[in-house]
Amino acid sequence: MEALKQSVRKNIRSYAMLIALAGIWLAFSILCGPVFLSPGNLSNLFIQTVTVAIVACGMTLIIVTGNIDLSVGSVAGFAGAVAAVLQVRYGWGTAGAVLAAVAAGMAVGAWHGFWVAYKKVPAFIVTLASMLAFRGLILGVTGGATVSPLSGAFRAVGQNYLPDVFQHPGSFNGSALLLALAAIAVFMFFEARRRGERLRHGFEVPAPGLRAARLILVSAAIAGFFGILAFNKGVPYSLLLLIGIALLLSFTAERTVFGRRLYAIGGNSEAARLSGVNISANLMALFIIFGAIVSVAGVVLAARLNAATTSAGINMELDAIAACVIGGASLMGGVGTILGAIIGALIMSSLDNGMSLLNLDITYQYVIKGLILLCAVWMDISGREK
Amino acid sequence: MSYLLEVKDIVKDFPGVRALDGVSFGVNTGEIHALVGENGAGKSTLMKILSGVYPDGSYGGQVLVDGGEVRFDGIRAAERAGIAIIHQEFALVRQLSVAENILLGGELHSGGVIRREASLAEAEAALKLVGLEINPEIAVGRLGVGYQQLVEIAKALRKNVRVLILDEPTAALSEDESRNLLAIIKGLAARGVACIYISHRLGEVLELAHRITVLRDGRTVSTEEKTAMTEASIVTRMVGRELSGVFPEKESGTGNDLFEVSGWTAEDPASGMRVEDISFKVRRGEVLGIAGLVGSGRTELAMSLFGAWGPGLAGSVRLDGKELGITSPRDAIAAGLGLVSEDRKKFGLVLPSDITTNVTLASLDKVAARGVIDENAEILAAVSYIRDLKIKTPSPEQRAVNLSGGNQQKVVLSKWLMTAPRVLILDEPTRGIDIGAKFEIYGIIDRLARGGMGIIVISSELPEVLGLAHRILVMRSGRVSGELDGKTATQEKIMTLAACA
Ligand SMILES: Nc1ncnc2c1ncn2[C@@H]1O[C@H](COP(=O)(O)OP(=O)(O)OP(=O)(O)O)[C@@H](O)[C@H]1O
Ligand SMILES: [Mg+2]
Repeated sequence: MEALKQSVRKNIRSYAMLIALAGIWLAFSILCGPVFLSPGNLSNLFIQTVTVAIVACGMTLIIVTGNIDLSVGSVAGFAGAVAAVLQVRYGWGTAGAVLAAVAAGMAVGAWHGFWVAYKKVPAFIVTLASMLAFRGLILGVTGGATVSPLSGAFRAVGQNYLPDVFQHPGSFNGSALLLALAAIAVFMFFEARRRGERLRHGFEVPAPGLRAARLILVSAAIAGFFGILAFNKGVPYSLLLLIGIALLLSFTAERTVFGRRLYAIGGNSEAARLSGVNISANLMALFIIFGAIVSVAGVVLAARLNAATTSAGINMELDAIAACVIGGASLMGGVGTILGAIIGALIMSSLDNGMSLLNLDITYQYVIKGLILLCAVWMDISGREK
Repeated sequence: MSYLLEVKDIVKDFPGVRALDGVSFGVNTGEIHALVGENGAGKSTLMKILSGVYPDGSYGGQVLVDGGEVRFDGIRAAERAGIAIIHQEFALVRQLSVAENILLGGELHSGGVIRREASLAEAEAALKLVGLEINPEIAVGRLGVGYQQLVEIAKALRKNVRVLILDEPTAALSEDESRNLLAIIKGLAARGVACIYISHRLGEVLELAHRITVLRDGRTVSTEEKTAMTEASIVTRMVGRELSGVFPEKESGTGNDLFEVSGWTAEDPASGMRVEDISFKVRRGEVLGIAGLVGSGRTELAMSLFGAWGPGLAGSVRLDGKELGITSPRDAIAAGLGLVSEDRKKFGLVLPSDITTNVTLASLDKVAARGVIDENAEILAAVSYIRDLKIKTPSPEQRAVNLSGGNQQKVVLSKWLMTAPRVLILDEPTRGIDIGAKFEIYGIIDRLARGGMGIIVISSELPEVLGLAHRILVMRSGRVSGELDGKTATQEKIMTLAACA
């Protein structure tokens, strides 16, 4: 019992976010009726979340180092425009166009890294400048017009689903089922291995009851997530992309030397420097990686819309930063998790989705989102003080 | 008669730790009451309750002022009741000037507009109370820790205090400054201010206090008149057993030259601090002590040798006869140097991260393969230092910010021990560390030296320098003013060399 209390207290942060998400879903399912929780709408909601969630994953690491990136909306729009223009106007293949967009994103990241890491200009200013500049460059690249249509392969990134392995004409997607089983198996395997290693070294492990609860909850979440997709059209490629990026970045954050140094830089840059961390080089690398991530989000966005528009990505930075902060990242640096950012992104897009189902006036949509962001962070801070 | 300030059965829990478990004691008007105990015994936590940092409702038990129960909902409420605290970790705004810091929260103004001249005069008056003669208009961040502490005390003195709580006020001060401060405290007590004085320096405690309360593991062990106590009896009560506080026997013959600094000059144009033309050698297995007053350039010397201090370097540094071209701490670590800096919060710890992360930060290569950290290896490393240095914590996953001051210091030390340096520079290594742990650290320094490491100990505690060092370098105004043999040196000889000529 004591152990349970402790564990709850220790993980209260992530539970609180999940509870908030559940609360929001519950509220909308009452307000909008069953349509909100239908597999069709929820899958749709997941797809809407993807671009912001991808950006938020990377943004978490930027925020962890005590920096910020306000340019992501413009840069994502720019990368999408580059890919679309290369394809539509110059006849490039999808792979080439996408790679060019990612290369452009990395170049932008290097530009930011240069100013932030080596010239010590605050990231807020550097990326504010880029936010303006790249909004302009989008107009330059596209000539101010919407660029479409994209080829089938390009659109697939944003719109298509993993083919159904079973090909049965029913209501149910077999690939999603298989993926769910595989994900649960992998999760169980890693949990068991980690537990075994900790036991072998004589470290503390969670009590059996707690462990069972955790295994069941996570497995249920995985099953529920893929179940929703299975009862709709299956697993979208874009969602797989998000999962891949999230796993990779989580691993980077938690298990790699690079990730560890990012947390140290944000937590206390002086201590990090005196411990031999090359702050400039690490920040430079991070900004380049983040540039690639943002451009991937831009490509997915263009693919989903089947077009590059001049307004693509507007306000994306705000959604992404809000997602990170709701997810527990501290703007002071040193604290934040990738999983938190994804849940935060899901909370933000659930609000968008639910409110548009309700046909709420756009005026109120902005006001409500703003207030919820404020409340979420306030609850977090007042909870932390206790 | 009731006490001016009294606490009864105070209990305070943190997640996983009971920091206080039934503490009671009282303070009279004009009394200097010392509070002693090991690192993590709960002293700072208790003082934070008294001063309203932990508000009413977050702890159990009673706080009474003049015999009536009080419930502070914040620091301001405690200040209104006349209780002010000087924290173990400084609470100054680095960017603001000395004067602005002293007047912070009690600014002199007319209609919201600061009265500049009056403020400066007031700040100067407050500075005079602590014997500090500096320009009150310079930014606090540019002062060394020693001066910052005095500014902080000046700030508290300006408020109308009935009870002044000092949490290890002399930890950062030199002998001279400490004596100055002790005199100030005695003066305050004579004027009827009650002082609660926390310190690990038992000599000071016995000199200063009227009564002494000993805490152990969050409980009151005893409160007694100073006259009934000796240093040994305090220590026995603190640790619950007898402790022989003797320095390790110095090994007589040390090895050949290991580390050589010649003509070292460094200047920081921003602060105008410089060290000039410094030359010394450290032999294998030798402990070199560096003594000097606060501001004599010892920290600047250490930081500049480590590649962590301003440009404008000249001179040469050799390890094993090979010239090192150190331009960053990274180079220094790679070359085999380590530096435990004097300010653990600013330069030592990543406060939001856990103990494990902090311990391994400077030697991640040792617990990682191809850039991926081996979690278990990392925890094992942390656990071994927690054991060796007796770091008091519920788990290696405790965040550094939640540790007591002394235990934080041990975490920083662990980090540098883990890099296994060939030359280790320790800048005030036992600041804020309890007496038991101090001798553990002396033992570790001795063991490392016997293992062939070259060690440089910068310390303002003369007995520490005298007890540890084979040779002692004394600095004055950024230069070496003399060198003494560890066997024949005395406090007087050091002070003569250190004092401004
Ligand atoms: N915010 C916190 N969260 C969790 N534990 C805490 C927190 N603050 C203090 N502790 C724990 O409470 C205990 C008492 O800490 P405290 O800082 O009062 O010790 P102390 O007697 O002042 O020690 P020192 O001499 O090292 O300064 C320690 O075990 C410490 O780890
Ligand atoms: Mg303390």
